[in-house]
Amino acid sequence: MYATSYHRASSVEDAVKLKSANEEGKYLSGGMTLISTMKQRLAAPSDLIDLRHIPAIRGIRIEGRKVTIGAATPHADVAASRELAAICPAICKLAGHIGDPHVRHMGTIGGSIANNDPAADYPAGLLGLGATIVTDRRSLSADDFFTGLFETALEEGEMVTSVTFDAPEKAGYAKFNNPASRFAMTGVFVAKTAGGVRVAVTGAGSSGVFRHPGFEQALASNWSPDALSNVVVDASNLMSDLHANAEYRANLVKVMAKRAVASAG
Amino acid sequence: MGVEGIGARVTRKEDKRFLTGKGRYTDDMTVPGMKYAYFVRSPYAHAKIKNIDATAAKAMPGVIDLLDGKQLQADGIGNLICGWMIHSKDGTPMKMGAWHPLAVDTVRYVGDAIAIVVADSYGEARDAAEAVVVDYEQLPAVTGAVAALASGAPQIHPEAPGNLIFDWQIGEPDAVDQAIAAAAHVTEIEILNNRLSPNPMEPRATLGIYDTAEDHYTCYTTSQNPHVARLVMSAFYNVAPENKLRVIAPDVGGGFGSKIYIYPEEIICLWASKKTGVPVKWTSDRTEAFLTDAHGRDHVSKVKMAFDANNRITALKVDTIANLGAYMSLFSSAVPTYLYATLLSGQYAIPAIHANVRTVYTNTVPVDAYRGAGRPEATYLLERTMETAARELGVSPAELRRTNFIRSFPYQTPVIMNYDAGDYEASLNAAMQAADWAGFAARRAQSEARGKKRGIGMSCYIEACGIAPSAAVGSLGAGVGLWESAEVRVNAVGTIEVLTGSHSHGQGHETTFAQLVAGRLGVPIESINIVHGDTDKVQMGMGTYGSRSGAVGMSAIVKALDKVEAKAKKIAAHLMEASEEDIVIENGELKVAGTDKSVPWFQVALASYTAHNLPSGMEPGLKETAFYDPSNFTFPAGCYIAEVEIDPDTGETDIVQFVAADDFGNIINPMIVEGQVHGGIAQGIGQALLENVQYDENGQLLTASYMDYAMPRADDLPSFSLSHQNTPCPGNPLGIKGCGEAGAIGSPPALINAITDAIGHNKLTMPATPMKVWQALQTAH
Repeated sequence: MYATSYHRASSVEDAVKLKSANEEGKYLSGGMTLISTMKQRLAAPSDLIDLRHIPAIRGIRIEGRKVTIGAATPHADVAASRELAAICPAICKLAGHIGDPHVRHMGTIGGSIANNDPAADYPAGLLGLGATIVTDRRSLSADDFFTGLFETALEEGEMVTSVTFDAPEKAGYAKFNNPASRFAMTGVFVAKTAGGVRVAVTGAGSSGVFRHPGFEQALASNWSPDALSNVVVDASNLMSDLHANAEYRANLVKVMAKRAVASAG
Repeated sequence: MGVEGIGARVTRKEDKRFLTGKGRYTDDMTVPGMKYAYFVRSPYAHAKIKNIDATAAKAMPGVIDLLDGKQLQADGIGNLICGWMIHSKDGTPMKMGAWHPLAVDTVRYVGDAIAIVVADSYGEARDAAEAVVVDYEQLPAVTGAVAALASGAPQIHPEAPGNLIFDWQIGEPDAVDQAIAAAAHVTEIEILNNRLSPNPMEPRATLGIYDTAEDHYTCYTTSQNPHVARLVMSAFYNVAPENKLRVIAPDVGGGFGSKIYIYPEEIICLWASKKTGVPVKWTSDRTEAFLTDAHGRDHVSKVKMAFDANNRITALKVDTIANLGAYMSLFSSAVPTYLYATLLSGQYAIPAIHANVRTVYTNTVPVDAYRGAGRPEATYLLERTMETAARELGVSPAELRRTNFIRSFPYQTPVIMNYDAGDYEASLNAAMQAADWAGFAARRAQSEARGKKRGIGMSCYIEACGIAPSAAVGSLGAGVGLWESAEVRVNAVGTIEVLTGSHSHGQGHETTFAQLVAGRLGVPIESINIVHGDTDKVQMGMGTYGSRSGAVGMSAIVKALDKVEAKAKKIAAHLMEASEEDIVIENGELKVAGTDKSVPWFQVALASYTAHNLPSGMEPGLKETAFYDPSNFTFPAGCYIAEVEIDPDTGETDIVQFVAADDFGNIINPMIVEGQVHGGIAQGIGQALLENVQYDENGQLLTASYMDYAMPRADDLPSFSLSHQNTPCPGNPLGIKGCGEAGAIGSPPALINAITDAIGHNKLTMPATPMKVWQALQTAH
């Protein structure tokens, strides 16, 4: 790791100010990717602005069926929330299977989606739920937020403060782990929301998380795993790497989608 | 033999310090004035070094010096050696290319060391290493063994034309060809044995300390055999004469073979300590470990097995190409020859065997012994072939094996080995019973009803441990003898230190060796200390690898104990005015048999040192040394059965049961043996299902972190069912055979046989990842 300066932000305003004062700095919200990258000397931010200790952006708030999760909320808290599990168990299950216990206690939802790793779980969950991502300056739909591999609509210095969504009528998540990293080699989140059926796929797309309109249409008319059997998954936009080629991933996309629907009930 | 003697489940004496974080590993060592090293390494798989510009690097903060290969060469430090000479079948010696500890003009794999930077801190050394400008001329690279032999392949060492190191054979080619021509059935199969990274928990590290006043070197290092390291560094690398070089291997966190070898870093840190005048410590990070720790396996083989009309094997023909990487590591030549082809008879009476082995250079990390070393390659090849043959012949796998088992001992195979004892059917029966083999059809039907595919597979392995008579290995090309030493030092109050040339890096010697002494003398296990790993404390020894420390290391302790007991009895007889022949040692006392007369052990010890009243002419003291050279290898054997359930939608394999029935001869500590078997099976499952070193076409290592190199984890493993059969080894005083590698040797073929049984065809290579199994299922449809 190269030398860096650590700052613990006390508020959102403090964090944004620190970031604007340090052009080569980076927000840190768990560091589950950033710290490893720095240790390998593949990233060298001059300053780290730690967001995990800002009280205002930590915790889960539920009002009726409206859910707000603070950006600095660790995965373990989402996984363990009984109130959230009562209205949207799928997101709790998703959070409970990210990485290992160490990762779940350090990693945060804001850190995960701002990084937008193409094999991370939360992007599928939020895209599938049709969530809104709230930042220090605006609100973005998940459809607009996730823009590509490790890319989001976040502007320079902009930070995620929370995510909100309405608990869906039904939702499910199924993922197939990469045998080495245990990231999602393919993960599919399905949800029956007020705005319609949404299906989001992570770990498989060559441009990161994506929605699958074919699955959405099929499930809209028949919410059952069997409804997906004859829907074609196009392998041409899927990733090929050491662990899985696009053809195998296309198979996993369908198998995981069916399992996600089955788990949603 | 009591609660602490042989056969008792004594909890490990060393675990208190390991489990409370009080272990002392090489990286924990700190000495005054110590500085830190970082190595400049090649980013290319094959390139000429045109120029090294260290001007900027040397001016960086904290930098003490930067040293390169030309300086090392100028100081007369020798090239790395391979300690086992192999001759090709045409009689020519193996064609070994030069391995400079620091590359001089050419780099041959990604990670090849070019220079060492010594600085005040690790970070500063690393910063400076990044500032070194090396002008490379890239050369074409080749990473696969078969591709490296093809005409037009990049030439890696001028000494080895066509990258062929040797073309060696064993056995009778004509007899084998005749038997194949006359066979009722011939099974043919191509076998790939995947390449593995050893991944001990503790990465390699070394601390070189040069003492100007004494002109003396001390080397702390992560070694499985510190005495061999000292010998090789003295005799071949010209670091220092043996009396001026102390090598200490303190607590070592796992080796699996990868810490047998003397690597460039140990030599260079010692030399750099003298050059810079400061102690120099280097600790590998995990990426460096992937890039530079010797890899294991990487074989491509073609097999023909001939049968007569009664399903008896009449011949085995094997043609193997083994990838040795960019340089010949210390025992690399022995692994695919005498540790591999000599085991190709397996548990079977095969009248004629012929194996041809070609070893090749490639632009990859050197390949050497890794847990099992040659024997997993032989077992995987043989047991997949047996399974395939059984399917082709339409007989059950067990029946084909029973038909061909060796049943009388000693048994001379056509490939050197002389098996001394064994009962292969006993292990087969035990394993089949434990696995409820008979109930498999019903279980398969249940799986099918749930949409799953179930398979069962077995593997009957044999291995050779306790490597073995020095004269024999010498005649086969070994550069060293393979005996072991022990000194039993009884203190004046009766406590005991045992100095062993074996080295423990996870095996539990501090417990098992102490159990032997406690059982023999009837003294508390707490009164016995095992001392190892320091060339200043311990007499010359050969170290720990090849499951040899029980069979060879403990046999040396037995010999030393025999001498100590004999002297103690003489003293006791003198003190009690009895006949020496009537003295027995029991429960910490020396007794006159058949009387109530006795003296406690400590009193005899004290008497030996006060020397006030010893038998006439006896030397004072109670301390004896012994060297033990075995008369043969030992031959652990057993039967492993894996049962798997495969999800046809994803190709995922679930190991629903794993049974191991092993014959290790007599067992010192069943708990430690079970731990060794568990760990070995875990590594075998890793090889079979998960682990695979992969390079891209330019020779870049793609699997250089745990993000891409899949290690087995707890949830990849089932609960193992173990049992032990026992045919004591007749060749050593304790009747023990060795257990350290069996798990890794026996398990891969059992798993792959189970998976191919489930998917209904045989086209599958290791590791059987979910994608490969899914693809295999698509082919089957």
